[in-house]
Amino acid sequence: MVQSAWAVALNDLAGGLFLLTAVALVVVRQVQACLAAFVLESVLLAASAFILAAASGIPDLVAVGLITIAVKAVLLPWLLRGTVPEEIYTRRELSQLVNVPASLLIALALTLAAYLIAVPLAPAQDAFIRVNLPIGLAGLFISALSLVTRREAVPQLVGLLAMENGAFLAGVSIAPDLPLIAELAASFDVLVIVLVMGILTRAIHEHVGTTDIVELVERSDEEEL
Amino acid sequence: MTLIVIPLLPLAAALWALFPQRGRAAAGATMAAAAAAAGAAWSVALRSAAGAPTVAISGWIACDGLGALALVLVAGVNLSAAIFSYGYVSARLAPAGSRAERRYYVDYNLFAGSLLLVPLLSEPALVWIAIELTTLLSVFLVGFTRTRGALEAAWKYVVLTLMGAAIALLGFLLLYWALRGAGGAAFTWDGLTAAAPRMPAGLMQAAFLLVLVGLGAKLGLVPLHTWVPDAYRHAPAPVCALLSGAEATVVLYAILRLVPVAAGVPGAHAGGWLIGFGLLSVGVAVFLILQASDYKHVFAYSTIEHMGIILVAAGLGGALASYGAAAQVLAHSVTKTFCFLAAGAAAVVTPRREIQGLLRISPVAGAALLLGGLAIAGAPPLAVFLSEFTIFRAGFAERYPIAAALLAGFVAVGFFAVMAHVNRAVFGRAGVRKVIPLPGACVFALAAASVPVLWLGVYVPRPVLGLLHQAALWIGR
Repeated sequence: MVQSAWAVALNDLAGGLFLLTAVALVVVRQVQACLAAFVLESVLLAASAFILAAASGIPDLVAVGLITIAVKAVLLPWLLRGTVPEEIYTRRELSQLVNVPASLLIALALTLAAYLIAVPLAPAQDAFIRVNLPIGLAGLFISALSLVTRREAVPQLVGLLAMENGAFLAGVSIAPDLPLIAELAASFDVLVIVLVMGILTRAIHEHVGTTDIVELVERSDEEEL
Repeated sequence: MTLIVIPLLPLAAALWALFPQRGRAAAGATMAAAAAAAGAAWSVALRSAAGAPTVAISGWIACDGLGALALVLVAGVNLSAAIFSYGYVSARLAPAGSRAERRYYVDYNLFAGSLLLVPLLSEPALVWIAIELTTLLSVFLVGFTRTRGALEAAWKYVVLTLMGAAIALLGFLLLYWALRGAGGAAFTWDGLTAAAPRMPAGLMQAAFLLVLVGLGAKLGLVPLHTWVPDAYRHAPAPVCALLSGAEATVVLYAILRLVPVAAGVPGAHAGGWLIGFGLLSVGVAVFLILQASDYKHVFAYSTIEHMGIILVAAGLGGALASYGAAAQVLAHSVTKTFCFLAAGAAAVVTPRREIQGLLRISPVAGAALLLGGLAIAGAPPLAVFLSEFTIFRAGFAERYPIAAALLAGFVAVGFFAVMAHVNRAVFGRAGVRKVIPLPGACVFALAAASVPVLWLGVYVPRPVLGLLHQAALWIGR
């Protein structure tokens, strides 16, 4: 496959920004900002898909990008606003289990690990895979980190979806011609995740009065005693 | 045609339960749908046992020996859990005809439908989505009682298993890449197996590990196992039966599907990883059983133990070990379902967490819990004992004596740990006076579920034996 320098450079840019937004998800301190970072990350995933579509001429990737934008950047925030009570949504100053400098250091280590794992797998002549596979894997790892360091329900949900974004960033480069039905079903699946976890968040909020998951766990431990 | 109808049957029952109705019509419809699905699954299994796979849409919906084993187990667990629910839901959860009762049956049937879907799909990416659906459709069943503990359990369950699903997703994408690189045609289980010898080892190893760790979260494999105790403590008993007897079975099925693929790539070390992960999970589970706080936890941790044993068996390779793995899948599913139904019966007669002297409170529930404990711990001559013994033998035959000895040691410790807890609950002096009688449907479901537990250890009927051999062929190729 001949890859034009322009497409490669643009894809590098999209990949680099994707990694930045993944790190941003770990360190931002507001639910709103967290969501904004996720939307941006999804748009960058779509951008990478468009660039690859233009470079390789696989029309499926255009559809993948469009579905990603429609579902993750438009429908998802709207659905989340509908199911999660406003009060949780606008909350500020999230507390975190690991402080920001430590999180950044761990994220750095995870990125290095992802690079070391992914680069031997990627073929030397494919510049897209050499960017998307390590960054996708790093996105997966870093989002998993944000999932375990967050205390609030909504950022945990966003962390889960960001993990999926990481997998798909790798996916658009390594499996560009994956049957579209799988892509469609996966997008539907994202909506169900948001719906189910949104309703669950609301139920927790109504029955327990907090969406601080760590506090919830501690309190229910006390109850058992 | 049969294959397409099977997952639609519970879907129809779920739709039925959406509308208000008198008495226990929703429960009745659920039982009817479960019975029909079980009958259809059995007919598919009979065909597979004779060596003829059933194909509905080639390349998309089909069922071979291994698929038929998973399918018939899910359908069987679904049937006994549906009958048990008929008595259990109105006794413990919600009055007949209430909105909460309908909510239970809608969720229950959707969950059952998604479970029945997994073994029928031929394309791995769609299997991944179906497995994700099994999580999403069971969340509200785990948190059904809406107490703080139940909601927390549901949250942990959904977050950890979806985290695993995202990891597995990357694994499946890598598999697709490997398939394309090897010039393979269709992205199906068969296509993967055929193209496996031409795939690069490093890529295969990465893909296999991601899928194993990711889907392992649903099996409760270490390290993503921390959701297990809470979910099983708070979920209603029939849901526990489905989670352990059916959900674990179908997820394990998806992993076992990949075993011949990964084993077909020289240098991918699939067997070693399976044995390592399996032994780790068995060991951790046994120590968790030792310090478990009640018998529901014991059964939950013993699920992890059994999943680990099956992975070790699959990792050993060879005909005997593959047969042992298939037999253990069967034995685990029927036995653990019975165990959780017995635990549910105990919860009905005396709604307390700390139970003592159950045999005096309710002889039926007490005897069932004792039988369940003995069976799941692996007492001879019951089914779990037979399959575990086969796996030990295979371990020595395949020249993995250390793995086999470790496994045997863990299983022996596990036996005593399980029995210590069950003894305490079953025997001894009864603390409570007030006893709630066990509904007839619960007794019937227990009696029906006990038949395969008692029978399969002594005598394996011909069709079942044929099915196990067919399934073993698909694991061990």
